[in-house]
Amino acid sequence: MTAERKKRILIASPGLDGHDRGAKVVAYALKDAGMEVIYLGIHRTTEEIVIAALEEDVDFVGLSMLSGAHLILTEQILKMMEKYRIGDIPLVIGGTIPKKDVTRLKELGVAFVFPTQTPLDKIISELEEYH
Amino acid sequence: MTETKRVLETGIEIRPTYTPEDSKALDAEKDIGSPGEYPYTRGIHKTMYRDQLWSMRQYSGFGTPKDSNQRYKYLLDQGQTGLSVALDLPTQMGLDPDDAMSLGEVGRVGVSISTLKDMETLFEGLPLDGVTTSFTINATAAMLLAMYLCVAEKQGVAFEKIGGTIQNDILKEYVARGAWIYPPDFSLRLIVDTIEYCTKHVPRFNPISIAGAHFKDAGCTCVQEAAFTLADAIEYIEAVLDRGLNIDEFAPRLSFYFYTHSNFFEEIAKYRAMRKLWAKYLRERFNAQNPRSWLFRFGVVCGGSTLVPQQPEVNAIRVAYQALASVLGGVQSMFTCAWDEPFSIPTEENARLALRTQQVLGYETGVADTPDPLGGSYFVESLTKEMEDKISELITKIESRGGMVKSIKEGFIQRQIMEEAQKKEKRISSGEAVVVGVNRFIIDEEERELTLHEYNENVAKEQIESLNEVRSMRDNGKVEKHLGQLRAVAKSDENLMPHLIEAFRDYVSLGEVCRVFKEEFGTFQQPTII
Repeated sequence: MTAERKKRILIASPGLDGHDRGAKVVAYALKDAGMEVIYLGIHRTTEEIVIAALEEDVDFVGLSMLSGAHLILTEQILKMMEKYRIGDIPLVIGGTIPKKDVTRLKELGVAFVFPTQTPLDKIISELEEYH
Repeated sequence: MTETKRVLETGIEIRPTYTPEDSKALDAEKDIGSPGEYPYTRGIHKTMYRDQLWSMRQYSGFGTPKDSNQRYKYLLDQGQTGLSVALDLPTQMGLDPDDAMSLGEVGRVGVSISTLKDMETLFEGLPLDGVTTSFTINATAAMLLAMYLCVAEKQGVAFEKIGGTIQNDILKEYVARGAWIYPPDFSLRLIVDTIEYCTKHVPRFNPISIAGAHFKDAGCTCVQEAAFTLADAIEYIEAVLDRGLNIDEFAPRLSFYFYTHSNFFEEIAKYRAMRKLWAKYLRERFNAQNPRSWLFRFGVVCGGSTLVPQQPEVNAIRVAYQALASVLGGVQSMFTCAWDEPFSIPTEENARLALRTQQVLGYETGVADTPDPLGGSYFVESLTKEMEDKISELITKIESRGGMVKSIKEGFIQRQIMEEAQKKEKRISSGEAVVVGVNRFIIDEEERELTLHEYNENVAKEQIESLNEVRSMRDNGKVEKHLGQLRAVAKSDENLMPHLIEAFRDYVSLGEVCRVFKEEFGTFQQPTII
């Protein structure tokens, strides 16, 4: 009998912001829900994040961003993912994201956007249902 | 109807009613006392706000130094009584605007400062002997203070006349906010250097503001916020004593900073309890003789993680109650967040409303007419005592583990914060903790569009151009000499402050200075805790 492979998600904060409460709370919640979480922490360059995603063979790349620099950092990480040929891994973004930017992020190619105050249940169920 | 239990996050149960029985164990003289008298439970001043209201100090800064200078002048025109400078992330992390890691962040969450030229512009038309300035800056606090002092020199203002505060509290960064650069040893040395330097040369400046606010916003309870902060303060005091200073030389300039969140009486009791504990620690444990060393002087911020994006105007009401609790708790300086801060830094209009919240409190409500109006309340006195016991118990626990630095290195503090943050999340999702607009009284807001502060995408370009201009105008031979000197002094026991001042005076950049120290001491690596 082979157990079903657990879904794997990488969670990191790119750039200079150090607020990590949200990233950690989500990381623990996904872990409790049965996912495997690779937590990379704060102050990460986009390249570090993409290399880790590649090496860890993850199903999702999750980024937490609260400073407001999410658009430019997302563009940068998507480019980097293309460069390392992992552009097909869905990108998940959480943090301080104004409503108008949710649309813009999705247009850029982000699979999921979870602004602050998104219920944890919603994050868990959307990621679990994704195939 | 069945009686439901009311329990604070810290486990303290609120009883259905409080009577003289509940405060019977308290000694009117020893535990409560009078305002302005040891143990200062009732406030650090005899007359409190009758003589002078708390400082109204709105945390503010964005874009170029010129943009922020205009906002400061506006806020002062509107009756603000002190400045509080918000710095962008590159400045907080010791990077120049042209560093690759600064991408997207220049002038975004605060003002961009990389050379003395920026600092000069920031305070143009604002004489430093006419205003006190608080800087929320930690890893690069010594550097920003040095630049501020250079501005004073240029304005012809004596260091003795300068008042203000640098946050300069690195320990909480390692566990709660993440704006660190160097490992703890070199970071602590920079802090002790600033405290020693200010004690001798800038006597009216608060060289540190030991902050609990970030613990709280990372998920801590009031008791944890208070205990971690006081335990940090003990570490700093011991580090400065090790340098050879006498406790009474520097203790009167130690100050504190907290978040006032939404549980009204818990917050008030927290401040009353901390004031008393601090006085006791300073007098009994550190043998401070000067009563000024016993005074627990603190600033607060109201808002933070209690602000939510749903029905955002309601945040203004949350903040107003938090501000009232702060004043009833005896605050010295206050920042009230604007209601649009869950989205971005505030618009000018919303920043003004936030300031007005304090002005209504100070000038209209009469709460400032007599010190500690809640003193003697059966409930408040009893709760203050319970908070005091819990805080003191947790400090003892941390000390029995070897103190705060060791507890941080071992991940003990990080684990406690995380557990509490998760509990809080569960209480909100289960509906046990009500958040208006989030899990109760929800409305459909899909169609709403708010006018928010817009980040000016040109700021980075302007700041990089300005830095390049400085680099082409300055004497780069001198710059190299200063950097060599800073490297040498960093490796010695000598105080770095005079050398930082000399370097910035000749327009060495923040990034250049910080890089030298990184080369010598490396950077802090976050322990993995998940």
